[in-house]
Amino acid sequence: MTKIVVAVKYVPDATADRTFESDNTVDRENVDGLLSELDEYAVEQALQVVEAGDGEVTVLTVGPDDAADAVRKALQMGADAGVHVVDDAIAGSDAFATSLVLAKAIEKLDYDLVFFGMASTDAGMGVVPTLVAERLGLPAVTYASEVTVNGDTVSIRRDGDAASQTIEATGKVVVSVTDQTGEARYPSFKGIMAAKKKNVDEWSLADLGIDASEVGLDNAWTGVESNSPRPPRAAGEIVTDEGDGGLKLVEFLAGKKFV
Amino acid sequence: MSEVLVLIDAVDGKVSKPSLELLTIARAIGAPSAVVFGDADTATLSGYGAEKIYTYADQAFQDFLVAPKAEALAALIAEKSPAAVLVPSSAEGKEIAARAALKSGSGLITDAVEVAVDGGNITTTQSVFAGSYTVAAKVTKGAPVIAVKPNSVAPVEAAGAGAVEAVSFEVSDAAKGAKIVTSEPKAASGRPELAEAAIVVSGGRGTGGDFSEVEGLADALGAAVGASRAAVDSGWISHTFQVGQTGKTVSPQLYIAAGISGAIQHRAGMQTSKTIVAINKDEEAPLFELVDFGVVGDLKTVLPQATVEINKRKG
Ligand SMILES: Cc1cc2nc3c(=O)[nH]c(=O)nc-3n(C[C@H](O)[C@H](O)[C@H](O)COP(=O)(O)OP(=O)(O)OC[C@H]3O[C@@H](n4cnc5c(N)ncnc54)[C@H](O)[C@@H]3O)c2cc1C
Ligand SMILES: Nc1ncnc2c1ncn2[C@@H]1O[C@H](COP(=O)(O)O)[C@@H](O)[C@H]1O
Repeated sequence: MTKIVVAVKYVPDATADRTFESDNTVDRENVDGLLSELDEYAVEQALQVVEAGDGEVTVLTVGPDDAADAVRKALQMGADAGVHVVDDAIAGSDAFATSLVLAKAIEKLDYDLVFFGMASTDAGMGVVPTLVAERLGLPAVTYASEVTVNGDTVSIRRDGDAASQTIEATGKVVVSVTDQTGEARYPSFKGIMAAKKKNVDEWSLADLGIDASEVGLDNAWTGVESNSPRPPRAAGEIVTDEGDGGLKLVEFLAGKKFV
Repeated sequence: MSEVLVLIDAVDGKVSKPSLELLTIARAIGAPSAVVFGDADTATLSGYGAEKIYTYADQAFQDFLVAPKAEALAALIAEKSPAAVLVPSSAEGKEIAARAALKSGSGLITDAVEVAVDGGNITTTQSVFAGSYTVAAKVTKGAPVIAVKPNSVAPVEAAGAGAVEAVSFEVSDAAKGAKIVTSEPKAASGRPELAEAAIVVSGGRGTGGDFSEVEGLADALGAAVGASRAAVDSGWISHTFQVGQTGKTVSPQLYIAAGISGAIQHRAGMQTSKTIVAINKDEEAPLFELVDFGVVGDLKTVLPQATVEINKRKG
């Protein structure tokens, strides 16, 4: 029986026009949100581990009311239960505070393994998994392109720049997975119907014994001072190849002193 | 002048270019102290301004993922109270930084593309939302821990004292959890490193699996080779070469994309390139919205023609 908690984030849609609030936090109200695509890979890997043996997948999110959508999507994919930590005081939290809330929620759950996506598609720091592991005092095997669970040992492949490595840890382990682990499933009609009956618990900071002074924008250890849209690029020159496209390209490059 | 800790990245003793960039940035903040786990050429470090070089020899630093290094770095931060801590913004660098920052009660900024220093004030710039916004940020608590992307500054030589101090540090058992069991080094391509290259030539699904035209142009220009995820997923080229959200972010002087449509996730990794060129059969390809120069045509003829012409001009 392997009990896996998967931490998933509700993020603004990357294909929409993402923007900021007046306090320089990410606008999560006026842009449609969804389960971060990179976290679908984590849900998929957790489901595969459980399907290969016996176990249970609980999805966990920390976010505003709408973040329940992210939990719902993971339940439709096949996760068994959900936990949504929602509290106004959490808004604007930095990675440290988010990792605190996640760690406390995970401690409250009965678990063997914790799965994460490699990075969120909005903030994208890629540090929350390692921070949660640090707080829980657990080993973290991160950026997995392959995950194998064998008894109480987790083994991953990590495809780094200098080397391709196999990394192992035993006992309770934090795992983060990349999009190299393989396509995530789409919810089936049956999955969508079944998800309606699955349980999602809502927890507040008080339920986790966290004081409001430990989280939120005002207590962050870093601050965004300003934001500005990138100036639009001036329209470039586009030519159609009529047998001399390569030569015209070299002309352009030579003009810019690249040749 | 207060110390600035700089986490050095080196392979077989050879100090990486991003590490030299960090030393260059550090000099604007205070006195750079290089932090080396394993081997790094000390002459290079002092040649780029390192006043002190802290070295750590324990095998545990090589045998386990990030936790031992984070522990040692946190202890060093506590002992030295540095003005700032700079690390490379790589997967490993960011994880070490995050854990060390948490242990030290210091704020963390990752993916900085600029570090501005005004008196004791450090402000960073990051590119967010797939390169469509830039933000300015500050650390408000503790010694700022900042992970800086490659190519943020040009490394500048400056003589430093380079005093080597071997630090003996006892790695805790708790930090020895994620064991590196096997490690197969990747063969060097002989081309510049993707994330550090001044010119990148990338190929996508439009190559149909044959990267020889892309590589030919890259070699004529002395460029690194890159790829879209579609090319990587098809098994045509290793993931190491992927540019984009889940690959590398590159910001070269010149980025040439051949047979790549320009999905948002690809743009996320190349949008900040200085000059952008695309070759695509489809004049509607979204990447053409970003280009300084585009050729609507078949890469199978356009790239070889350009390669021959460049080689001819080089004589
Ligand atoms: C979570 C997530 C993360 C992702 N991360 C990344 C990432 O990091 N990097 C990335 O690149 N993608 C990423 N993607 C995938 C991305 O969405 C696109 O699917 C991918 O970039 C498409 O690659 P492509 O442009 O090579 O292929 P296509 O979109 O299929 O485009 C191929 C192009 O080649 C052109 N073409 C075909 N034949 C020729 C020819 N002979 N000569 C010239 N042109 C030709 C076609 O007109 C077309 O425009 C990610 C997706 C998701 C969901
Ligand atoms: N608010 C959140 N709720 C649940 N999981 C999160 C949250 N933020 C981050 N994560 C998890 O941590 C991973 C890395 O996030 P980040 O460090 O923000 O890039 C994500 O892929 C998620 O698995």
